[in-house]
Amino acid sequence: MRLRLTVNGESRQADDVWEGESLLFVLRERLGLPGSKNACEQGECGSCTVYLDDTVVCSCLVAAGQAEGSRVRTVEGLADGERLDRVQQSFVDAGAVQCGFCTPGLVVAAHDLLDRVPHPAEEEVREALAGNLCRCTGYEKILEAVRLAATREPRA
Amino acid sequence: MDFLRPATLPDALAMKADRPDAVPIAGGTDVMVELNFDHRRPDALLDLTGIAELTRWDRTGNAIRLGATVPYSRVITELGDALPALAMASRTVGSPQIRNRGTVAGNLGAASPAGDTHPVLLVAGAEVEAASVRGSRRIPAEEFYVGVKRNALEPDELISAVYLPVAAGPQQFAKIGTRNAMVIAVCSFALALGSGGTVRAAVGSAGPTPRRARAAEEFLAEAGLDGPPRAEVCGHFGELVATAADPIDDVRGSAAYRRHALSVLARRALAWAWQEYQGKGERTCA
Repeated sequence: MRLRLTVNGESRQADDVWEGESLLFVLRERLGLPGSKNACEQGECGSCTVYLDDTVVCSCLVAAGQAEGSRVRTVEGLADGERLDRVQQSFVDAGAVQCGFCTPGLVVAAHDLLDRVPHPAEEEVREALAGNLCRCTGYEKILEAVRLAATREPRA
Repeated sequence: MDFLRPATLPDALAMKADRPDAVPIAGGTDVMVELNFDHRRPDALLDLTGIAELTRWDRTGNAIRLGATVPYSRVITELGDALPALAMASRTVGSPQIRNRGTVAGNLGAASPAGDTHPVLLVAGAEVEAASVRGSRRIPAEEFYVGVKRNALEPDELISAVYLPVAAGPQQFAKIGTRNAMVIAVCSFALALGSGGTVRAAVGSAGPTPRRARAAEEFLAEAGLDGPPRAEVCGHFGELVATAADPIDDVRGSAAYRRHALSVLARRALAWAWQEYQGKGERTCA
């Protein structure tokens, strides 16, 4: 099929898409957006988290055919050119990145949380990030980054 | 593979009648895993997410009709008061990302023994609305699960909605997993206390299908709930719940562990439900 969707504000299309392939595959392999990571392919790790029509989802569990006509926002769509989003900047400032593989998914999940809940309680942060696995180390710096981001103004 | 994307329920039913082999997909949390891992290559996928009427829930009198593609996250945020145990169970499903996509109807369609909402649907007295070009029928949840990953749908039928009575008393859901989030149930338990002292209890992930714990229900109904359940009542209730299970040993737990855990869950759920019954009170057991 020819798949048409809006990605990070731009109309995009891809040809010869198999409807049963994942939105993640479309983003990475067909549209050249490797920010969303491919790891478990079963919704367990959160590395592929993107916004689909304003809702955060695992893009590995969305069939390409289901995404036709939808709006997608990936981690690439959070920064404003060279200027990082507050969540991204906070991850840098808090040292919340090691190998970086889980980072895009965590950033998108945290971005969504702070969008919905500007000043989340500790439990809310932990629950919101429960679907994103980091295999490098513990989550303390990641939690710290989210707390830090919550103290900063969102980009308009 | 054909990808069918109907815009209305009648169109979807016509497609399903024409292609009974078409696999329905909504949240994709089960179907896409099978596709990603090449475990299944259906000849057709039937995407239900474009059907507006399935994305709604409605309340009529004391019943909720929950459209087939309403995700768990909306059950949690919008139906916690009316359907407390379903909201509790929904809150234990996967991660926020999964709850944003996964649906109760998908849980029913997959009919995995470990599905989180199954014991709740049993104790709530839910009915599954199965629709086809021949019309629609309501299947009581108790008749819906017919085996491991098998349900009572005919090949041309789709789940269009789930009917659930609004809770008439305290409801509880509890599950055991190896951690607190993103975990498939080792075993689970649901309890609903109704008006007039009725008791419904069910176990999940502890047999080929979820099932009611009838001996436990009868015992508790007879023991009565006009006072706090005594420790021995809670304990015996838990034991009877455990005997209703028919668990297997597997990588997630032994059958003996599952039975033991169920007795503990049941005891605790009863204490929590009774507390709620009274507004607030001392925990008497567990």
